[in-house]
Amino acid sequence: MSETKFRRFDIGDLVEVLDLGKSGHVRIPVYVRGKRGHVIQYCGKYLNPEDLAVGKTAGPAIDLYRVEFTQTSLWDEPDHPAQDRLIIEIYDHWLTAAK
Amino acid sequence: MHEDHDDHTHDHSHDHTHDEYEALVIEDDAGNIEAQIIIDALQDVLISKGLLTAPEVTKEIEKLESPGIHLGAKVVAKAWTDPDYKQRLLSNGKSAVQEIGIAVGEAQIVVVENTDEVHNLITCTLCSCYPRSILGQPPSWYISKAYRARTVREPRSVLSEFGLDLEDDVQLIVHDSNADMRYLVLPQAPAGVEQMEADGLEAMVTRDHLIGVSR
Repeated sequence: MSETKFRRFDIGDLVEVLDLGKSGHVRIPVYVRGKRGHVIQYCGKYLNPEDLAVGKTAGPAIDLYRVEFTQTSLWDEPDHPAQDRLIIEIYDHWLTAAK
Repeated sequence: MHEDHDDHTHDHSHDHTHDEYEALVIEDDAGNIEAQIIIDALQDVLISKGLLTAPEVTKEIEKLESPGIHLGAKVVAKAWTDPDYKQRLLSNGKSAVQEIGIAVGEAQIVVVENTDEVHNLITCTLCSCYPRSILGQPPSWYISKAYRARTVREPRSVLSEFGLDLEDDVQLIVHDSNADMRYLVLPQAPAGVEQMEADGLEAMVTRDHLIGVSR
C-alpha cells in the first residue's frame, strides 16, 4: 500500500553486491557477489524473481539497478584491459553502500 | 454431442501423433529428451482438459518464432538515418521499437551503442535471456554453457573466436542480461550511410551485429 518512492541508490554510487546465500531462483550470479561497482542506471521496480518462481506474484516490487564493474575487479586473470567493463542488473536487496 | 466430435476425441486419446499442433522440440546440451516427453504430456493434458486448444498452442509457437533479425535490422537502419529516432532509441528502447510497429513483449529494451571507442557484447550467464520479440529465438551457441561462462570471464577471447580481434584501446562492455532488461547492440553506421536506401542498410545488419559478436 504505502510503497515508498525513496530509492537507496543514485547514479554514480559505489555499491557492493551482497552474498545472501539464498537458494532457489536467484538471479544474482556468484561472480559478482562481494564485488564493488558503480550504479549507472535505475531501471524501475520489478517483482522479485525469487518470489515469482514460487508463485508469489503479489509483490512487493523491488528497485532494480544496472551496476557497472571493471573486469579487473571481477576476475583474477591479469589480462583484462583496465578500461573493460561488465554491466549487470542487481535488485535492491542484494546491494549495500560501499565506502 | 455430434458423432464426428466423438470420433475426433476418441482418435486423439489413443494415437500419439501431434499433427494438430506444431511440435516444440526441446533437448538439453547432451541431447536428452526428458523435457520433450514432459512437454508433450503436459500439452496433451491441457488440451484434453480443455484449458488450451491445439490452434492456440500453434499460435503461441508462431508468435515466438515469427520475430527475427529483419525487425532488429529495421530498428538499426532507422537509427542510422534518423538522429532524433536514434536518441529516442538510446533513451527508451522499448518505446522507440514500438514506435515503428514492432510488438515488444519484454519489460524494457536497453539499446547500447557501439562507437570507435566502445564495443558492446550481450550475454545471459544464467539462462538464455534475449530480446526475442525483436530478434526471434537466440542461436544455439548463445544458449551454450561455454558462451555464457566465457563471455563474462574472457570476452575478448570469445570475440576473437568469432573473428573479431578487438583493438586494445577499444573499451569492451559486456552486458549480462540476468534480470528484467533485454539488450540490443546498435552497431556503427557504415560510411556513406546518408546516400543509402533503407533496404540496403537493413541488409547490412546481421544477428551477430545485434548481439555484439561482430562489429
